[in-house]
Amino acid sequence: MTPNWDRLLLALREPQAMTGFDAATWDLVVRQATAAGLLGRLGALAGRSGVRSQLPTAVWRHMQAMLAVAEQQQRAVQWELVQLARDLADLDGPVVLLKGAAYAAASLPPAAGRLFSDIDLLVPRAQLDAAEAALMLGGWVGSHHSAYDQRYYRRWMHELPPMTHIRRRTVLDLHHNLLPTSARLKTPPEPIFAAAKPLAQFPRFSIPDALDQVLHSATHLFHEGEWEHGLRDLVDLDALLRAGAVEADYWDRLLARAEQLNLGKPLFYGLRYCSQLLETPVPEAVIVYCSGRPSAVATRLMDGLFVPAFATAHPTCRVRLSGIAAFGLYVRSHWLRMPLRLLLPHLTYKAWAGATEGLRESSAGGNNRRQGSRASIG
Amino acid sequence: MLTLGSLSTTDFRKRLLAGLSLRVGPFRYQLRSDLPRVADGLAKMYADFPFDGGGGFHDFHARVGSVAGFRRWLRPQVNFWWDAHQPFKPLPASQAYALLEWGMNWCIASQAHHYLLLHAAVLECNDRCVILPGDPGAGKSTLTAALMLSGWRLLSDELTVVDRDDGSIEPLARPVSLKNESIDVIRAFDSRAVFGETARDTHKGTVSHLKPTQESVAGVGKRGQPAHIVFPRWQRGAETKLSARPKADAFMHLANHAFNYSLLGRLGFELCANLVDRCDCWDFNYSRLEEALRSFEQLVA
Repeated sequence: MTPNWDRLLLALREPQAMTGFDAATWDLVVRQATAAGLLGRLGALAGRSGVRSQLPTAVWRHMQAMLAVAEQQQRAVQWELVQLARDLADLDGPVVLLKGAAYAAASLPPAAGRLFSDIDLLVPRAQLDAAEAALMLGGWVGSHHSAYDQRYYRRWMHELPPMTHIRRRTVLDLHHNLLPTSARLKTPPEPIFAAAKPLAQFPRFSIPDALDQVLHSATHLFHEGEWEHGLRDLVDLDALLRAGAVEADYWDRLLARAEQLNLGKPLFYGLRYCSQLLETPVPEAVIVYCSGRPSAVATRLMDGLFVPAFATAHPTCRVRLSGIAAFGLYVRSHWLRMPLRLLLPHLTYKAWAGATEGLRESSAGGNNRRQGSRASIG
Repeated sequence: MLTLGSLSTTDFRKRLLAGLSLRVGPFRYQLRSDLPRVADGLAKMYADFPFDGGGGFHDFHARVGSVAGFRRWLRPQVNFWWDAHQPFKPLPASQAYALLEWGMNWCIASQAHHYLLLHAAVLECNDRCVILPGDPGAGKSTLTAALMLSGWRLLSDELTVVDRDDGSIEPLARPVSLKNESIDVIRAFDSRAVFGETARDTHKGTVSHLKPTQESVAGVGKRGQPAHIVFPRWQRGAETKLSARPKADAFMHLANHAFNYSLLGRLGFELCANLVDRCDCWDFNYSRLEEALRSFEQLVA
């Protein structure tokens, strides 16, 4: 069963092919790309490959509109970094930008036309409290105020509860590692700090080494429980890999680094689906020799989950299994996040808290259930 | 030319059920609804719009339909879908047509950032456009309706769509949304005015849509050139008074009325500045519609 999205994938792989799309194809592709957060990306690709003048005017206008949104978000991030640099000026040690913020600040390959919703920072665990205090002084306010949620984040997670700036409403995630403390897979954060490079334009901040960007992108993608951005994140990974692949010994260095950080398994999945869906030029041997490669049976099973889940963004590319697959991966993300002896009490507590909260809300006539259900994603 | 008005009620409803293509200026919608109320409202308001055979590319896929569940029987509700998303909360079924119009506005205001988008009405006479940015209650739509019914070409009531390359204005010629007392004022002003169903108790009070004139719909392919920006203010008993507004001040107000001024960054600034540069800017106080119309005729004489 293949999702009905081959034109979207083709456009992402070979932007020139967009010149051959007819109006009915665009009617589908623009909607799918919009829902997947990739229309700006298509616009950037159309511009870069010089085909934009050959696209239908109405289609290019939508891409142009999305590029305007992406540019505004990138401006907003740059401005946010100026403010954050001030808030964190006196903090010891590195502050590493992750994902979207890193791509935007250093104009990395995935940045063109990319939308993003929050800023991810990584600081050494020893600096976490000081960083949080400095941010609070700067006007960043934490969320998830219940004692249980606080303990959950601070004891087991790799990040604090999301913080929101009181005036600018920007959302920030403060991390101290790439994976939860309680996760099955353990990765040491120290090598990432050691290899991070300061940014010339924003000297308060560093970005991870190019190899670590790939490993973090893959780790994030394959440990997440929410799949609306799955394809977008895969496109990020593809852009990083294509940019890196031109360097000497790239693949050998990537495999060695994955082994060192114990992130071979997410890298394996990243490489597998990048080459499967986006035809990223990954040498076959690299995938075969990836340190965390799961068994053939497990791989087949995961194919059945990941591929439909990548296609959840729009109803027209969803397949019958997409919903089940996304749910299966949501369960998997919890499974990976903590051992059962922690997970079962956690889910029980959340179910109970959710039910009582629902009761309180309905008696108060409130309509805040969505937020209530989000809390359980924690 | 075959128009939407020439379709039979059954044919129109059937097409709307499957997806009706509607070109509105630079935008093409695919509209869907299984609600007779929505079909009949559309058929009446857009009767002069050309029939479109469907297929091909649509800028927006929009749908208004019933909310599932027990609500179907107990105080039925409707909602608006933009593709797979529901940007609004459900509304009572009696507001279905108004919801479609608001949803169609929302599609443009939230997506069409390849234009500068102003919350303003715009009309044309003698090839010169007058832009009317309006705070709620300022009497913008009443003035718009009266001007249109007096022979001015309506380009748009809610959304002024400014081209980013040459600063000209794209006409939409969609229905004018009238609220509360203005509905009766316009009925009394011109007995030929064609109104859609009246929706009561909406978040804006009582709302009814006024059908655009045939000349406005016929002119939808012709862009307008902005000449005046008028900030109207209706006040009970006020004397009719048109007074020049300083341009810097007009700029700030115009930027405030733009949906995407800051989103467009430098381009938003340049487009607003260009618009204010090429227009005369005015404050306009009024209470008597007939006098107001004469002032506007002098503006474009």
